[in-house]
Amino acid sequence: MSGLSLHKKIEENAGLLIFGILFVSAIGGLVQILPILNQDSLSTATENTRVYSAVELTGRDIYIREGCSVCHSQQVRPLIAEVERYGAYSRAGEFVYDRPFLWGSKRTGPDLHRVGGKFSDDWHRIHLIDPRSVVEASIMPAYPWLADRDASDTGNISAKLSALRILGHPYSDEDIDNADADLQGIKEIDALIAYLQMLGTGYSEGDSS
Amino acid sequence: MEAVTNNVYHDKVVIRLIQFSIVWALAAMGAGVYISAELIWPGIDFGQFWLSFGRLRPLHTNGIIFGFGVSALMATAFYSVQRTSHVPLFAPKLAWFCCYAWQLLVLTGGLSLLAGWNTSKEYAELEWPFDIVIAVIWVCFGVVFFGTIATRKIKPIYISNWFYGALIIVIAMLHIVNNLAIPVSIGKSYSLYAGAQDAVVQWWYGHNAVGFLLTGGFLGMMYYFLPKHAERPIWSYRLSVVAFWAFTYSYIWAGPHHLHYNSIPEWVQSLGMVMSIVLLAPSWATLINGVMTVSTAWEKLRTDPALKFIVLSLAFYGLATFEGPMMSLRSVNVVSHFTDWTIGHVHSGALGWNAMITYGTFYFMVPRLVGRELHSVRLANIHFWLALAGTMLYIVSMWAAGVSQGLLWLSVDNIGELSFSFKDIMASMAPYYGLRLVAGLIFLSGTALMAFNLFMTLKGQHATRVSVPAVDPAYGVS
Ligand code: HEC
Ligand code: HEM
Ligand code: HEM
Repeated sequence: MSGLSLHKKIEENAGLLIFGILFVSAIGGLVQILPILNQDSLSTATENTRVYSAVELTGRDIYIREGCSVCHSQQVRPLIAEVERYGAYSRAGEFVYDRPFLWGSKRTGPDLHRVGGKFSDDWHRIHLIDPRSVVEASIMPAYPWLADRDASDTGNISAKLSALRILGHPYSDEDIDNADADLQGIKEIDALIAYLQMLGTGYSEGDSS
Repeated sequence: MEAVTNNVYHDKVVIRLIQFSIVWALAAMGAGVYISAELIWPGIDFGQFWLSFGRLRPLHTNGIIFGFGVSALMATAFYSVQRTSHVPLFAPKLAWFCCYAWQLLVLTGGLSLLAGWNTSKEYAELEWPFDIVIAVIWVCFGVVFFGTIATRKIKPIYISNWFYGALIIVIAMLHIVNNLAIPVSIGKSYSLYAGAQDAVVQWWYGHNAVGFLLTGGFLGMMYYFLPKHAERPIWSYRLSVVAFWAFTYSYIWAGPHHLHYNSIPEWVQSLGMVMSIVLLAPSWATLINGVMTVSTAWEKLRTDPALKFIVLSLAFYGLATFEGPMMSLRSVNVVSHFTDWTIGHVHSGALGWNAMITYGTFYFMVPRLVGRELHSVRLANIHFWLALAGTMLYIVSMWAAGVSQGLLWLSVDNIGELSFSFKDIMASMAPYYGLRLVAGLIFLSGTALMAFNLFMTLKGQHATRVSVPAVDPAYGVS
């Protein structure tokens, strides 16, 4: 059958057309995504990468909820200027407990992947409640409500840890049992700061890979 | 034409979808203008969590893409599939269901974004309950669309329907795979994929949502409305066929150009880059086909605002699909990535291509749907100039902002020290953001003019009953 008459068939048969589209469009995805999903090095943690604690995970979920990732990337590219500005470039193994990933696509604010330990907790607190009180020209939004809300109201933390355990994150029964208690008495802003302070600590100069 | 059947096209649902689409355009562009202003005066969220930039921005993108874009795509798909198949819609009640269910989804989904239910995956921000509803409505859309094609009276399936078909099928595939997650509560779930793997899946989705919705779906519009309007057949049908398959095949590979120099394997980045360059060919083949189709109808261009919009949209389509492959080169992307250059690229496609071609088809369809002249051609012409001015100002200001950001961030002096602090570069963006705000206001006011113009055209009118014409036996289903 010549190419043209095959094509005439497709052109006149809705079922074939649907199948053709599905088939042709699936190839690229299969060739790219299946090997990536099966590449162990992408799902193997670096030496110092650990799961998020109950408090940090809550902070991370607040970061997602507030959409911090629309202005902040978490991905230091292996470029001189970037390593100079932010720190060691990002390794795939540092993100294995990130569901979803938060690399971002726009840097309205600076990259945050290596922000952990860069500022004090108090600096973050003041900055989050009123960025312009520390950086005069800042265009970052203020997040005053984070200081009023209880971290324990952010969501059922033991259910979250259990769900992540199903996905393979190594939480112990103890972690899950204590999760609720860990969030008692702290505000959302404290959880968010705990998350910011552990960002990028999964890698230090000299680690392999 | 004599042997008129007593079948009539189902056009009321088309009108309703157009109305909803315009409402979302106004709302979501309004949100776009508001977030533009927030980047200049961050205080205008007044400490209200739901006015905060991080929540309004997904509202803007989702409102525009799913509210304005998808409603317009459903409207034009329903309009053109009937006319190219010579049958009324299959399962018209289901079409009405798609229409209203979708609007409800956009509305409640938008509110959920303001409430902070957000997966943070771009263009897939809606949480899992909405994802399920989207999948259901999408299947219904597919049933109506392919059902109409299956019952068609014309043997060949016209090219516009292939693009709409690809839109329905490929988006369904992308949507389901990318949104797989474990729910922990009604408004929160954790992605099935983690880290680098999640990133590759997400940008396979993200790029192809752009590819098959914002590009392919709207090419469906182009292939039906441009020839219709120019009153000429498409310049080369064969070229359109070749371009379709090349487009469908190669688009899917290009996602990794969103992850250049990120923590994913090099081979994926290189593959994404090469396939993005390849994509230039089918993209421009389509462009050439469109331009050649109108090339003998220039005189209509002077008088007909609808055609002007469609032809101008093709120019911006050409621009965005040229710029895109250039930005996919690693050496260019190293500058453009993370900057406002990307935002400029996005809106050259979004305003110049998606919005303009939609405006053109609305100006074309609405008078025909109600059987009267457009309320005011003059207003439509003013809208045309506002849209062009707004788009140009938007793109140019973001290019300037993006290129300077990119270069200044990377600039190091001869002993390897950074030349500029992040904060200084940030502070220098204010004038560009000011221009972008003006651009947005201009574009939005044009859209408001169109809303008024079409409202006046529709006012008090009912859909005219258009009978399904008889089929030329040469093309009929035997
Ligand atoms: C409108 C975009 C925007 C959003 C949304 C945003 N930021 Fe920022 N952020 C900025 C800008 C611009 C700066 C730089 C000026 C400054 O330090 O305030 C910044 C700076 C920062 C810094 C200091 C980084 C450094 O190295 O100097 C931290 C930490 C930070 N933001 C955290 C957050 C968190 C957490 C959220 C979400 C709750 C958030 N940001 C949301 C724009 C934003
Ligand atoms: C051949 C065609 C195209 C190619 C190869 C292409 C390529 C690219 C590249 C390289 C980026 C930047 C990624 C980054 O650095 O983060 C990008 C971003 C984007 N493009 Fe295109 N582009 C094309 C056409 C279009 C068209 C027609 C539209 C229509 C609106 C569009 C919409 C977008 C959007 C929305 C983004 C932003 C994604 C994000 O970061 O959130 N593109 N594109
Ligand atoms: C009045 C017109 C518009 C204005 C003022 C506007 C403004 C904006 C602003 C300020 C942003 C955020 C940029 C940033 O974070 O730095 C944005 C993002 C975006 N807008 Fe618009 N917009 C408009 C129309 C549109 C239209 C019509 C579309 C789509 C068809 C669209 C699609 C998008 C997308 C996809 C993004 C995200 C880009 C990315 O993540 O890279 N916008 N817009």
